[in-house]
Amino acid sequence: MKKYVIAGILVVAIAGYLIFTNSKSTPVAANTPSGGTNGTSSNGTPGTTTSTDMGGMVMGHYKDGTYTGPVTDAVYGKIQVAVTIANSMITSVDVPVYPTDGGHTQQVSATAIPTLKQEAIAAQSAQVDIVSGATQTSQGFMQSLASALAQAKA
Amino acid sequence: MKQTRVLMGMPITVEIVDAKATAATFDTVFEYFRYVDETFSTYKDTSEITAINKGVLPQEKWSADMKLIFALAEKTRVETNGFFDIRTAGDRYDPSGIVKGWAIWKAAEILKNDGFENFYIDAGGDIQPHGLNAKRKKWAVGIKNPWNEQENVKIVHVTTEGVATSGTYIRGHHIYDPKHGNRPVDEIVSLTVIGPNIYEADRFATAAFAMGREAINFIEHLDGFEGYMIDKEKTATLTSGFERYTIPGIKK
Repeated sequence: MKKYVIAGILVVAIAGYLIFTNSKSTPVAANTPSGGTNGTSSNGTPGTTTSTDMGGMVMGHYKDGTYTGPVTDAVYGKIQVAVTIANSMITSVDVPVYPTDGGHTQQVSATAIPTLKQEAIAAQSAQVDIVSGATQTSQGFMQSLASALAQAKA
Repeated sequence: MKQTRVLMGMPITVEIVDAKATAATFDTVFEYFRYVDETFSTYKDTSEITAINKGVLPQEKWSADMKLIFALAEKTRVETNGFFDIRTAGDRYDPSGIVKGWAIWKAAEILKNDGFENFYIDAGGDIQPHGLNAKRKKWAVGIKNPWNEQENVKIVHVTTEGVATSGTYIRGHHIYDPKHGNRPVDEIVSLTVIGPNIYEADRFATAAFAMGREAINFIEHLDGFEGYMIDKEKTATLTSGFERYTIPGIKK
């Protein structure tokens, strides 16, 4: 059984980031500017660092502060990641912009259907083999995170 | 045996109950996901989809898989009244919304063709099970609480059905306001769809989620599909046949 806690997401994101950066051959300047509102395109080069720099992240060579990555294309829309560094360590990762829909504007035609059952959600204690949930790590997430961390480099 | 690797920007877990599984079996499955990523990732400069988006690969030179994905995407666009569309605002194509479920399903086919009976593949919370778990029971799949990563709010029991969940990005107890449009997509937080396989479940979960509260009605009308929708009031709405999956002993 596996359950993704927030920390787990971070670990996964960082693991994915490591793989992602390792697959890149082009080193990028550490001080990638914030992309503001309309930054990196999905096939553009993200603000990556080398894996050695990632070691620096883990060991804590970042300046304190909050750094915001560019708005980046994710699977279903735009995503933006902000990372907060305190005492040279990542203390939080926030997502001020996230994908919510495909940008469509069509209305669904109302169709007569039977009233469906509703219930308040409640925690289940039984053991499970697998967990289904929305994917919270995407390449867009990692790109924006990478840019935010590049800004935080000391 | 169970292995997890990060590919296509997400954790992918493969568990095989059958004793004949070896390390090479897992390598084959993960290699398939790597191939899919190399072909369809819009983040890779060397992918086929990037070449198409750059306008340097004429349609007659597209791979068979690329042609298939475009055909499946168009089929899904029509079936969902345009709510699913791989064409982006920038006149490019992003097929990732259909590639993921398709890739999981195809990877499961690889295992089935190699004679494996009891396994699951989980890619970022979208799941294709097969057969039974190690206790010879149906696979128990928890639907994650969108507000609490460590908690399940429903448990469904499946053998070969695909289970896919679409949702908004939530941290802690805060749902971020959407940045575009006045459509009530933010009214719903999570939509889980159970379908004949993960390809079918995932494409309809993705498309229906964009419909807001109408999502569950859309799923209700789809033959062979059931859904569980959670809104921001923490109320779940169930399709009329959903509960047959919540009881372990009842065969569907």
